Amino acid sequence: MPTRRELYDRAQRRRANLIATLSTGAVLLALVLLVPRAPGWEAVQRAFFNAEIFARTFPGLLQAFVLDVAIFAWCAPLIAVLSLALAIARDLRAPAFTPLRLAATAFIDVFRGLPVILVIYLVGFGIPGLGLPRPWNSPYLWGSLSLILVYAAYTAEVIRSGIDSIHTSQRAAALSLGLSEADTMRYVILPQAIRRVIPANMNLFIALQKDVALLSFIGPVEIFRQAGVYKSLMANFTPYVGAALIFLVITIPATRYADYLMARRKHD
Amino acid sequence: MTEALLETRGLVKRYGPHTVLNGIDLHIAPGQMTCLVGASGSGKSTLLKCLNLLEPIDDGQILLGEEDISEPGRDPQPLRQRIGMVFQSYNLFPHMTALENALLAPRRVHRKPRTEFLPAIEALFERFGLSAHMHHYPDQLSGGQQQRVAIVRALAMKPQVMLFDEITSALDPELVGEVLDVLRQLRAEGMTMILATHEMAFARELADTICFLDGGRVIEQAPPAAFFTAPEHARTRAFLARVL
Repeated sequence: MPTRRELYDRAQRRRANLIATLSTGAVLLALVLLVPRAPGWEAVQRAFFNAEIFARTFPGLLQAFVLDVAIFAWCAPLIAVLSLALAIARDLRAPAFTPLRLAATAFIDVFRGLPVILVIYLVGFGIPGLGLPRPWNSPYLWGSLSLILVYAAYTAEVIRSGIDSIHTSQRAAALSLGLSEADTMRYVILPQAIRRVIPANMNLFIALQKDVALLSFIGPVEIFRQAGVYKSLMANFTPYVGAALIFLVITIPATRYADYLMARRKHD
Repeated sequence: MTEALLETRGLVKRYGPHTVLNGIDLHIAPGQMTCLVGASGSGKSTLLKCLNLLEPIDDGQILLGEEDISEPGRDPQPLRQRIGMVFQSYNLFPHMTALENALLAPRRVHRKPRTEFLPAIEALFERFGLSAHMHHYPDQLSGGQQQRVAIVRALAMKPQVMLFDEITSALDPELVGEVLDVLRQLRAEGMTMILATHEMAFARELADTICFLDGGRVIEQAPPAAFFTAPEHARTRAFLARVL
């Protein structure tokens, strides 16, 4: 026999569910009824949501997306390594390391301060412009390097914020045991700091996957470029919608996973 | 007077214009338990941090055995290995199990595999009734258990002296006893210990010497019987009237 409180709670829950369902339904209904009444709806429907063109171009887009994933896959580990080195270099206190610290600081300032597309243009057109022989003039190489430089700068700052967030008492405890400064960093501070910034870095890596599309401006035919080619061929924007859907299939689960990690955060 | 294991001579510590320790002379004989008492802000914690070279001093000397360990330019790392410290807030490493916490420093400092130290450290956990918790993470342990693990972690380096910085102050009252029992046990085994503490009953029961700090100086230093029953200084009497 449920108590009076349980009955009350149950009624409250039912009421809340009902309100949520009704309000969501009302908004959807309004969209479905109102959008087709817009004067340009017919034209937009033809230009962006053409089922036949979608079916014809989707396999090609998917194939082109493999290149996006590949560029991401070789950039990501290099970014991880470089950003860790930058974050540590920025925190070095010994006077002998001053040049290294200054170089890391300058690097981070420069590449955080520039639009990604500008770096891709400058590096991607500038360096091969030196007249380098194949394969050293490849836009894949220099385009990837641009992404690595920019994203390593961002990731380094995130890692550094993680290092700074570890309370000084952890450092004191490690030093009091007789550990060296380097071992304290390696075994006590960094493992905690990196764990703490995994969600933030996940968000950066999702942004990286999207920004791979910017390499299309210097040559590689990845998904955005491929969609552009289809658009010109068929005089229709539907391939862009297809490309957008492909990105979302990857980025939405990844974002949700980052949120899940953020919420979990065990043992720290 | 017996040979001192740890000694300070005219130790001075300043933070900016503020003098926290103003000429501290301590003489700690081997196997002795010394309790530092005094109001909050009297410099007890700062003194312990200076003794462990976590804070640089501004004047005076700290001697461990015959050595002046406060000599400017000395590498503090090997010296800290000989002086264990336990903190008020435990400061266990949250990403490691209790056992890994205790194994870290011996392994990294001596650069030998864990099997080299495992038996001795497991024995330490056993000795302090913590065997069941060796493989737990700090957030799975009570405050009292965490603090006992922190003591085991410090002992794992086989220090000559142990420093305890108000190690029961952050604990719920019912957990204080188990931590004090560990100290009793260490005292019985002859460990040289310096405690900053507010546990007056405990200090009275076990300390060899009580040092009363006030305004950055040791105002009074006496065995507990004399200290608690016949304090010489007015300021000691005022302090005792407040805490007892």
